Amino acid sequence: MSVFNVFDVAGSGMSAQMLRLNTVASNLANAETISGNKSDVYQVRHPVFESVLQQTTNLNTNGDVAVVKVREIMQEQTAAIPHYRPNHPLANNEGFVYSPNVDAVAEMADMISASRSYQNNVEVLNTTKELLLRTLQLGQG
Amino acid sequence: MPVNFEKAFGIHDDALLLFERRTQLISENIANADTPGYKARDIDFNQTLQNVQNKNGARLKTTHQGHINLQQQKFSDDIRFRQVEQSSADGNTVDSQKEKVAFAENSIRYQTSLNFLTRKISGLKNAFKGE
Repeated sequence: MSVFNVFDVAGSGMSAQMLRLNTVASNLANAETISGNKSDVYQVRHPVFESVLQQTTNLNTNGDVAVVKVREIMQEQTAAIPHYRPNHPLANNEGFVYSPNVDAVAEMADMISASRSYQNNVEVLNTTKELLLRTLQLGQG
Repeated sequence: MPVNFEKAFGIHDDALLLFERRTQLISENIANADTPGYKARDIDFNQTLQNVQNKNGARLKTTHQGHINLQQQKFSDDIRFRQVEQSSADGNTVDSQKEKVAFAENSIRYQTSLNFLTRKISGLKNAFKGE
């Protein structure tokens, strides 16, 4: 039954999208995190997805399934934004504090995209479950 | 008169296997909608049906026990990459909308075959009872 593989595939997609949502939340939450040192500023994070052919443990299977895997979480090497705030407790000798370069609009768009993709996977899962349950009732009608 | 189940069920038991395989492929496409470089795959239902009915698709024969039996991987040689209308910058060829439509269509077809089978089974049951 290759239909059972769908649960692996959709599940991997859901967990990947959830991780993407997580990084978006992290980026937005840290948008205003101030640091007195250029190198200590929060770096914007984005996951890099990759498709992995997974051998199924299923007997009578139809080859491999392409599941989604998070390859790495990439940290954008963008320059921090300097602010001149000499009275800030974290300010450095020259009176500067630094904030991360978070593009809030891009993050929001990313969030919507992740949430839509997650919903697609949930829909696939529900439909497949429905089909399987109906198959179990085959010949009973 | 012996009952020939192969004849009684027609193409629907084979079709069910094909739809099952398609469900898996399309779910892979949907799950990998944001994966860079992923190429969407699908099975052409009509083409495969013709191959199954005519049994004309060139198949590899295993004549030695060391040979890998490709027949086990059903429909694996009927899988094709999707043609894209507009390619994306990251090399991904999944069109989420199209995949959703294909998935919905496939699940309806699956249920149709399932219904046909259920009816045929209940028909056979009635014949056995002879009431």
